[in-house]
Amino acid sequence: MSFREEHELHKRRFGRNLGLGLVLAGFVALVFGLTVAKVTDDDFVVVPAQQQEGY
Amino acid sequence: MSDASLHQASTAQPGEAGFGDFFALLKPRVMTLVVFTALVGLLAAPATLHPVEALAAILFIAVGGGAAGALNMWWESDIDAAMKRTAKRPIPSGRVTRDEAFGFGITLAAFSVVMLWLATNAVAAGLLAFTIFFYVVIYTIGLKRWTPQNIVIGGAAGAFPPMIGWAAATGTVSLESVLMFALIFMWTPPHFWALALFMRGDYDNAGVPMLTVTHGRRATRIHILVYTVLLALLAVGAAFTQIGGPVYLAVALVFNALFLRDAVAIWRRDEAMAEADNYRVEKRAFRLSLWYLFAHFTAILAGAALSGLGIGGLGIGVWS
Repeated sequence: MSFREEHELHKRRFGRNLGLGLVLAGFVALVFGLTVAKVTDDDFVVVPAQQQEGY
Repeated sequence: MSDASLHQASTAQPGEAGFGDFFALLKPRVMTLVVFTALVGLLAAPATLHPVEALAAILFIAVGGGAAGALNMWWESDIDAAMKRTAKRPIPSGRVTRDEAFGFGITLAAFSVVMLWLATNAVAAGLLAFTIFFYVVIYTIGLKRWTPQNIVIGGAAGAFPPMIGWAAATGTVSLESVLMFALIFMWTPPHFWALALFMRGDYDNAGVPMLTVTHGRRATRIHILVYTVLLALLAVGAAFTQIGGPVYLAVALVFNALFLRDAVAIWRRDEAMAEADNYRVEKRAFRLSLWYLFAHFTAILAGAALSGLGIGGLGIGVWS
């Protein structure tokens, strides 16, 4: 088994992938927070199943 | 990929850009202005959003603004390469390809509009979509290369964020948000023409028809004065509207007096005088213009906060 010296390009790719991963994780957290905020809003109404069947 | 290709720094290869290079495509410095003015529009509006919704709204407005910046860099990479101020941007410096910038920009543009719609409402999302369209298609692709009035018309794109913030909170466009739009719209020409006066060589080299290039520097100095007078009338006049108040009036009087002083000084100078002191007054006016906008929007926000507390600000006395 041999270890090759890491090139600057690989560091850059790692940085990009790490950054993208963090952005995606932040986005997931934001969408989760938005969902919680929307469904706990006083204006949020769940249409009853019986009423839905009437359509 | 061969070792040789690893060391070709002059020409961008797809997939080699770093995270910071893509972030730079979003024009983060411009984004700070977008975020700040949108935040003021959102907070000054007579409606409240859930904090998470407000955070999401500001974030997606910022991403939309950044996407417009990336598409601007995609289209203008030839101009950027010719100007010292912009030559180190990701595309002309060879760190990002034009195709990557286009894909990045168009994807984020669509993403930001859809997400703003889901997070807030269709009016805010529609305004954001129009802002991106206006900045990229009308200003960058359409006007910038053929009319010296590019800055005046293009200024509208930068003026939309407080309207979007206001719409995100209220779901409407109202006189107050249009006044905030007008403030940035009228501020943009003297701000950029002051920059153009002391960055002359850049615009000459790039062939951009800035007023300094097409009509000369004397005409530019006159234009700065005229627009600053109009801006001062608008900015002080706005103190007696719903976005005004005592705090705003005090700020407007001070900053418009300072800005007018610099505009008059620029108008009275000629090139020999400007070159003799390395454009000291023009640079001072440019720096002041940044503080000018920040101060006015901070005052609008302060007025709204005081009004909310019932101790002054918006809607008292002559402002009611």
